[in-house]
Amino acid sequence: MSDISTRYLGLGLKCPLVASASPLGESVSSIRELEDAGIGAVVLPSLFEEQLELESNALDDDLWRGAESSPESQSLLPDLEDYNLGPDGYLDLIEGAKAAVDIPVIASLNGVSPGGWAEYAGLMEEAGADAIELNIYSLATEPNTSAAEVEKGYVDLVRQIKRCVRVPVAVKLSPFFSAPANIAARLDDAGADGLVLFNRFYQPDFDVESLEVVPRLTLSHPDELLLRLHWAAILSDHVEADLAITGGVHSAIDVVKCILAGASVTLMASALLQKGAQHAFSVLGDLRRWLEEHEYDSVRQMCGSMSRRSVPDPTAFERGNYMRVLSSYVLRSGNHGH
Amino acid sequence: MGELADQWTTEHVPNIWGSVPHVMEMQSEGGAAGALHGALQAGALGTTFTASQGLLLMIPNMFKIAGELTAAVIHVAARTVATHALSIFGDHSDVMAARSTGFAMLASNSVQEAHDFSLIAQAATLESRIPFLHFFDGFRTSHEVNKIVPLLDEDLRAIIDERFVRQHRERALSPDRPVLRGTAQNPDLFFQAREACNPFYRACPQIVQDVMNRFARQTGRSYQLIDYVGAPDAERVVILMGSGAGAAAECVKALQKSGERVGFLKVRLYKPFALDAFFAALPTTVGSIAVLDRTKEPGSVGEPLYQEIATAFLERYAGNHSRPLPRIIGGRYGLSSKEFTPAMVKAIFDELKKPQPQNHFTIGIHDDVTHTSLNYDPAFSTEDPRTVRALFYGLGSDGTVGANKNSIKIIGKGTKNYAQGYFVYDSKKAGAITVSHVRFGPEPIESTYLISKGSFVACHQFQFIDRLDVLAAAEPGATFLVNAPFGPDEMWSHLPRQVQQTIIDKQLKFYVIDAYSVAREAGMGNRINTIMQTCFFAISGVLPREEAIAAIKKAIEETYGKRGQAVVQKNFTAVDQALSRLYQVKVPEKVSATFEMLPPVPARAPAFVREVIGTIISGNGDALPVSAIPNDGTFPTATAQWEKRNLAQQIPVWDTELCIQCGKCVLVCPHAAIRAKVYDPSHLAKAPATFKSAKPRWREYESLRYTLQVAPEDCTGCRLCVEICPAKSKSEVKHKAINMEMQAPLRETESVNWDFFVGLPEFDRERISHTQVKDTQLLEPLFEFSGACAGCGETPYIKLLTQLFGDRLLIANATGCSSIYGGNLPTTPYTVNRQGRGPAWSNSLFEDNAEFGLGMRLAVDQQNQYAQQLLTALSGSLGGALVTALLEADQSKESGIEAQRQRVAELKRKLATVDLPAARELLTVADMLVRKSVWLVGGDGWAYDIGAGGLDHVLGSGRNVNVLVLDTEVYSNTGGQMSKATPRGAVAKFATGGKEMAKKDLAMEAISYGYVYVARVALGGGDTHTIKAFQEAEAHDGPSLIIAYSHCIAHGYDMGFGLNQQKNAVLSGYWPLMRYNPGLRLEGKNPFQLDSKAPSIALKKYAYEEARYTMLTRSHPDAARKLLHDAEDDVERQWRVYSNRAAMPGRAETPNIAPHEPEEATVETVKKGGDEQ
Repeated sequence: MSDISTRYLGLGLKCPLVASASPLGESVSSIRELEDAGIGAVVLPSLFEEQLELESNALDDDLWRGAESSPESQSLLPDLEDYNLGPDGYLDLIEGAKAAVDIPVIASLNGVSPGGWAEYAGLMEEAGADAIELNIYSLATEPNTSAAEVEKGYVDLVRQIKRCVRVPVAVKLSPFFSAPANIAARLDDAGADGLVLFNRFYQPDFDVESLEVVPRLTLSHPDELLLRLHWAAILSDHVEADLAITGGVHSAIDVVKCILAGASVTLMASALLQKGAQHAFSVLGDLRRWLEEHEYDSVRQMCGSMSRRSVPDPTAFERGNYMRVLSSYVLRSGNHGH
Repeated sequence: MGELADQWTTEHVPNIWGSVPHVMEMQSEGGAAGALHGALQAGALGTTFTASQGLLLMIPNMFKIAGELTAAVIHVAARTVATHALSIFGDHSDVMAARSTGFAMLASNSVQEAHDFSLIAQAATLESRIPFLHFFDGFRTSHEVNKIVPLLDEDLRAIIDERFVRQHRERALSPDRPVLRGTAQNPDLFFQAREACNPFYRACPQIVQDVMNRFARQTGRSYQLIDYVGAPDAERVVILMGSGAGAAAECVKALQKSGERVGFLKVRLYKPFALDAFFAALPTTVGSIAVLDRTKEPGSVGEPLYQEIATAFLERYAGNHSRPLPRIIGGRYGLSSKEFTPAMVKAIFDELKKPQPQNHFTIGIHDDVTHTSLNYDPAFSTEDPRTVRALFYGLGSDGTVGANKNSIKIIGKGTKNYAQGYFVYDSKKAGAITVSHVRFGPEPIESTYLISKGSFVACHQFQFIDRLDVLAAAEPGATFLVNAPFGPDEMWSHLPRQVQQTIIDKQLKFYVIDAYSVAREAGMGNRINTIMQTCFFAISGVLPREEAIAAIKKAIEETYGKRGQAVVQKNFTAVDQALSRLYQVKVPEKVSATFEMLPPVPARAPAFVREVIGTIISGNGDALPVSAIPNDGTFPTATAQWEKRNLAQQIPVWDTELCIQCGKCVLVCPHAAIRAKVYDPSHLAKAPATFKSAKPRWREYESLRYTLQVAPEDCTGCRLCVEICPAKSKSEVKHKAINMEMQAPLRETESVNWDFFVGLPEFDRERISHTQVKDTQLLEPLFEFSGACAGCGETPYIKLLTQLFGDRLLIANATGCSSIYGGNLPTTPYTVNRQGRGPAWSNSLFEDNAEFGLGMRLAVDQQNQYAQQLLTALSGSLGGALVTALLEADQSKESGIEAQRQRVAELKRKLATVDLPAARELLTVADMLVRKSVWLVGGDGWAYDIGAGGLDHVLGSGRNVNVLVLDTEVYSNTGGQMSKATPRGAVAKFATGGKEMAKKDLAMEAISYGYVYVARVALGGGDTHTIKAFQEAEAHDGPSLIIAYSHCIAHGYDMGFGLNQQKNAVLSGYWPLMRYNPGLRLEGKNPFQLDSKAPSIALKKYAYEEARYTMLTRSHPDAARKLLHDAEDDVERQWRVYSNRAAMPGRAETPNIAPHEPEEATVETVKKGGDEQ
């Protein structure tokens, strides 16, 4: 029977299928379900520093509105004992999850201020997180903010967090870099223990009837995997950091592809949301069968076996698809005698 | 008090027996008293808290509780009973109305005493078995913040004697040792039984004194049944109860110092009156006595305490000629929290010096009608010079009051100093002005009156500077702090002449800070509380600066810590920034102002508005004499238009090109501050230069002009109009047909435009459809510029009501928000059209509004009938044709009503020439021949709770009344208490863990009658539907009920999005739009019409936009999840019930009504059913 255990961020995982940040990680009971279904580790949904601030301020505004305006009504809403604001709820989730499951629990953080990143990362470690994933995406919407500044910010941040915490740190990247290999290498140098390829975002959509901008997040599609495979195959030859692929992982075959490209683990969310935690069980079953059918001893054996360096024609990863599609057309045409 | 008790229960704070008391919110005070009575009978220790009308509702049960010698205490913040007007403020008219119930009555005079006497009353009632009404002055004591010594649990244990608790329990009803209590007795027995309680009342005073003595030993605070303060050999004595004691004590001490032999008696135990204690306390040297009552009993010889004291003397002195009877006079003071000061007490002592002092005097007002009032010298002051006396003028929304309460805590808790705060609010809901009166000093502060000599005055809102005389109470040399958008060098030139003169004359130290920019920079929005608080500490010298800042930050941490670190941090930033932006202004030697303070109302306002209402607006209502004020509570309508409040920072501005003239903005404006007219273009000849107009988008009126105009000084800036506007620019979607722009630069021109607009003729009501939004919004609103909250969800419905039926409308209005913004002085928002017609409005009570409105209907119908009867009788003199036309007029449409009005006018002309008694009679009722529309308006607190029984009866009466329930799903006016309209899962006071029960379906209750027109409407979910429902309800010749979804500031979100939330409420299925029109049954159709589509968004998407729901997800996430799930179930269940009902064919939808055929069989069946039961 093939060994499907793997290592990610220095942690031993019983399999390369990890639950990516999603609502399934919001409660201890559903995290337990994931573990029962065979998942190797769980990444909790991100703690957004900005959201914590917004929530605090919104509550403050709501309690304030209309208060002290009339002798008969000095407030309009009762001020409750506690609001579970700030990171407390999140930290409780880490603690609860750690107490409930044996698989590694990875916390995810999206900060705003340098102080916030460091503070919350420290608190996550204290609460028992086995690793921390930095969800570093921020939108550089100002024209006078350069790519170099943004990238330097990311690199500095990783250095700072690595100094603050002892647990491993992964960085979740967006696909929108001019030079992805360069930033990956610099983050690797800065001490990132893992790189997660790639983040998916809420994107503004247009309602053409009401002429309003509406946020939209759709579940991933397996097609999205291709971009990730491409970059994993390129990066796996260049970085020390473990690679993880998230976005488009739906089946055992997807998992196989990711590992062939060089990912240590694959992160799954949409398929689990659609089909339930039990989907992990069947994916892992399929994975084992595939490995056995194809006579692999372990997943580690095949990890990176189709990286850019490991394939006969590395140019496949270097050119745009155009050339290759065209040449296959020519070949096919030739067969038909034209 | 109830809210605090509920909070402790939620927090599981145990009582001294280790159990957590149960708190139950009832539908009315009558219900509370009944539940209390039951709880006491079943052996619990119980209490209730109330005031004013609420206490009156408890009276029947109080007689029972006392008659059964039941130990209980009711705590009352004594407040005014509504008479010619409602007043929420303090006096003794409520407790005095309860004085015959048999309850003992114990009066507290201060915050400390209210705390202490709660315990004393409880211990005394358990021992004496006489129930106690423990009262203290509403607002002056109940809302004063003062430094007190709290009682500890060990104090409570020491004072409460467990023996009596056990005895109370042993008397309880129990099937294990059954008794019967509450018999009906006959003439043979009742009288003797009534007298059987005498020994208990005789023993009661000594029991109270014994408890007071025990209390003194335990706490060191000593009280007597009757306490005396003053010279042991006093010649003149004042007697009173309640908070006035503070002012009286100060006056007596001051007069004693100047050698006067005066004193005053505070009566603590008023009932049972302790004669011996009274005479023991009163110096035997007294020659003249003034007894003061904080209540008025018209027609009686004197007020209650006066009568009690007079009788006491009569009894004690009867047949005892060894001593001359002192002269005893009675007087009234302090009604409805009217100020009562040491200066007034001095005037009373001065009066007592006279050989013939005035009896039955009043003090504190100027009675120029019956000349009861004593003059007093307001300059007489007993303020302690060591006390810092600070006055803060702010807005409810800027946090001034909260900051001052915080400062009091800082001083009171953190230092040895004493602190006192009392807060005065105006009656507006939007832009309410608050004045904080705050004292700090080394001695306990018992000055139970407002500050008239302030050593520190702060004006937190610069716009008050030219409207209110904020420096009137500044003493010479005082510090004056103003928040203004000016630096120290430019500040002076922005002050009106009078203010500059006062600053120079009084040699004030003058400081300025631009608190709003500090607040904005710190992320505090419009909140300047901590900024101004920091400035106060920085310049008042109450505490060393560093110490003060540290204390403020600690207080911020304590107050806001649980709201999250971000909130704490922004407050800290504000504190730090405040210090660096506070400047002293160099005061020039001479006045240089070029402008004066503004008059409260324009000079062109009617005389009554200028002289009376203007005086109230300017804050000088106290100075109005009795003769200036209507004697029966009748006030003119149409006066809100004169009070220009300029609340909006931004106002909507019209883009004539983009506008599609849909009328939605006009419809939703809560303050009638944006209006549309269609008029003849010839009127534009005299239009101001910036006046805008456009071609009307009605095919038939294209030759006319259309204008959408904003009242810049009446708009509150709520943005509802902009949010609802559907017309977006094709090239820039954020630009709409109306857009918010800064008010200040537009104020002058748009005011001129508004005046011109108002002068344009109204469009002919008969020429437009009364069911389309676009058309109806050309109808003149007869409800405008009310004091409702910015963005109020209720007032658009009321305004619509006045647009549709205003000129023939009678409104009975339940007490609540709608009676406050509808009828709280100074100004009245209901107005009149050019013919002088408009809504006639009245508020009776909270609980009786349905009955009150029904009475109006009966009167209208009776007079209409009488008019018809007289018409018939006079038909010979008046001409048959006119009489027939009047009697048979079809008034179902606007045109028919107008034609009838013309006929009535003709009738009146003819009647004037007919010299017959019947003709003179008919003249008085002729107007009733024109159809009247009677509407019963109120909130959910009235319709779902306190008035539910009455509403049900009125709907059951079958009479032609229309009920409009403005359903905010919570008691909005009194601060967000749960009602039966509160939805499951929403947090409210008395439902801090989220309401666990589903909202009552009032619509289905009413539908069960079969003949009641019922509609559930939501303007944001269906505006045409709302208008249609109003029209159908009015047309229905029988009772109608409209339940209108009203977004409310108590729901916890920005009211600018109120209509979006209404829409979401409908889309989620939470608020299905429906109409039940009994008239359709006659046509063989299903009267139940479901007018909204099946739920298309999740309930969560609607509910979780509102803090009333989301708070719970933060505090109790598991409970929130469960309640949301249950609430989703409610929505589904309701939708199924409604959609099934709507899907029934024809008449089958009313299963509770017996089928019509065969009639005889039906009768038999019914009879049979009846027999079987």
